[in-house]
Amino acid sequence: MLSKKSRFSATDSCGRSGNGAAVPFRNQIALAVVGAFMFAAAGSAFAETPPTSKVNTTHLAVTDKEVIVGQLHSSTGTMAISETGSIEAERLAIEQINAAGGVLGRKIKIIEEDGASDWPTFAEKAKKLLEENHVAAIFGCWTSASRKAVLPVLERDNGLLYYPTFYEGLEQSKNVVYTGQEATQQVFAGLDWVAKTKHAKTFYLIGSDYIWPRTTMKLARKYIETVLHGKVVGEEYAALGSTAFGSTINKIRLKKPDVIYAAVVGGSNVSWFKQLKAAGITGKTNTLLTLSVTEDEAKGIGGENLLGFYSAMKYFQSLDTPRNKEFVKQFKAKFGADAPIGDVTQAAYEGPWLWKAAVEKAGSFDTDKVVKAEESGKITFDAPEGMVYLEPNHHLRTRLRVGEWRADGQADIVYTSDYIMPNPFPKGY
Amino acid sequence: MDGYSLTDLWSILVMQGFSGLSLFSVLLLMALGLAIIFGQMGVINMAHGEFMTIGAYTIYLCSKITEQYFPALMPYYFVIAIFAAFAIAFAIGYLVEFSLIRHLYKRPLDTLLATWGLSLIMQQIFRSTFGAREVSATLPDWLMGSWKPTPDIDIPLNGLFVMGISIIVTIAVVLFLYRTSWGLKVRATTQNRVMAGAVGINTKKVDRITFAVGCGIAGIAGASFTTIASTGPTSGSLYIVDTFLVVVFGGASSVVGTVLSAFSIAQAQSILTFFMTEAMGKVVTLMAIIVILMLRPEGLFTSKVRR
Repeated sequence: MLSKKSRFSATDSCGRSGNGAAVPFRNQIALAVVGAFMFAAAGSAFAETPPTSKVNTTHLAVTDKEVIVGQLHSSTGTMAISETGSIEAERLAIEQINAAGGVLGRKIKIIEEDGASDWPTFAEKAKKLLEENHVAAIFGCWTSASRKAVLPVLERDNGLLYYPTFYEGLEQSKNVVYTGQEATQQVFAGLDWVAKTKHAKTFYLIGSDYIWPRTTMKLARKYIETVLHGKVVGEEYAALGSTAFGSTINKIRLKKPDVIYAAVVGGSNVSWFKQLKAAGITGKTNTLLTLSVTEDEAKGIGGENLLGFYSAMKYFQSLDTPRNKEFVKQFKAKFGADAPIGDVTQAAYEGPWLWKAAVEKAGSFDTDKVVKAEESGKITFDAPEGMVYLEPNHHLRTRLRVGEWRADGQADIVYTSDYIMPNPFPKGY
Repeated sequence: MDGYSLTDLWSILVMQGFSGLSLFSVLLLMALGLAIIFGQMGVINMAHGEFMTIGAYTIYLCSKITEQYFPALMPYYFVIAIFAAFAIAFAIGYLVEFSLIRHLYKRPLDTLLATWGLSLIMQQIFRSTFGAREVSATLPDWLMGSWKPTPDIDIPLNGLFVMGISIIVTIAVVLFLYRTSWGLKVRATTQNRVMAGAVGINTKKVDRITFAVGCGIAGIAGASFTTIASTGPTSGSLYIVDTFLVVVFGGASSVVGTVLSAFSIAQAQSILTFFMTEAMGKVVTLMAIIVILMLRPEGLFTSKVRR
């Protein structure tokens, strides 16, 4: 009975006035006493745990023992294919943080919501997480469309989002931390590399028909024409889900570009690479650099169809460092030996850790204080990909790597850039 | 087109022609199963795409099993797996007709909803069983790469394979409908159900077999698509729009119509894509189809059916 009461008191202290009214007045006093006692006990037992009233002044779902965060990905619908890895990685990170004592002495509890690959649903679920559950942070979204849908909700309710996917840039919100690369980080260094090592002058650009490939290709075209003094001999967008690439491939054969630069996504990606191979375009005959193939996609495409092609990413599972090996081991132990770890999965893993660092630097869960800590330029994390630095513009300073695909669906890293400053609003584009 | 040699242009012409034919066989294979179910029975089967997915997952499972236990048989498993895909899709189609469709023949709109619901259920079953990630079957070597009649021409082997399958299935369907007693019963039931019943045809059984055969063919289609595309829980829904387009455009109840409709849509799309972008090619093709359907609401070919 006592333990039940004390749980009530803990809930009360997190500022839900609605609950208090249901309890008779006399009991309320008793609860308050019990509550105060619990506080004292907790205070003496865990000296490093600051009281809830100090770390939570904005009615977030933070108690003395736990802090609630939201996880908002698509576990159903067409995007589930891609988002599953991110869901797993965030869970792993949170589990590890809890095992190491939690955040400000509080264990993280997850409320998982399903965006169902539908952008309005994402906005609705974000609203629910922020306004009903009062979560301290949300880890989630994958496509740019879902992020754009959630953004107004975040800004109105002053929530926090940790977004894992590499994306087109041209965005910076105080309420979002972008743990994936923005376009300039992923595009420019990769193009530099291919122009230099393959002496490439002509490029054929192909992507799926939506905002990320179109914006990215716009940046790429400008960079190729003005900086590399190369030539774009074709630019083409395939409808999402399209599986017929025969005509496009014939056009590529006719134009004979030095480099095929691709950002095809989803199911189309598989057809694209299978048909390239069937048309005799392979890593041996052509140079192909893609922005949209991680180990996750490689599993669906099949390594034999990718052999010898290149991907530009900040992380590959094959990265040969002790830190990464440890991460891969932990991930596989939890989610199975054949679970692939792609770039976005690793970026999703960084989210909870960066949030923990920011909260601990701020000494508070309050959004404004955490944002201030995020923008201090002092938040870093020793990630599987190497040290990452959270810059004041809410993006990470990271390296770019180019991987050459092997038949087993893993990539050999053939190039690692220096650290690249994030620049979500490149001048002149 | 200056700057290109004649051999270049010739080989592109050949490959472009092939790419159109290859798209044609894909569309045809998708549409045949539906043409039987929709054309002969008037059932709008929204779960048609999921029966393709069943076929595709069958191939995936067979490839995994063969790889694990009978690696020596890898080059041959695909042929057996296609029969398995037909058998499994057939069996599930049979069950679905028995448990769901047969109660709804008098309510065509409800079949539409019920089969759509069924497609959602099946997608979730695939997701729970095989996971949300897309998978690829390991293909035997003879299915990969290209055939080079000249150094400049590459004809994709998987395209040839799909083409072969679709020719075989089309011939089989035509033989089934027009040369067997079963086909005779199916056509009789289509034309006049009451009369067919009166002369002793078990129309319920005919319905069941027709539906199951349609599903089985969808299974074959899904199986052969594993050579050109991936397999995921929602792959089927990618095909369903094109499938209906082909069937409706061709005239619902005519196999010849389905063949010609698939051919014209595929060639139009393929040629237009070469000279414009893919999106524009599709737009122009769809516009043409809309105009033709406005002029001929019954589709390209019509045959008399019971009303």
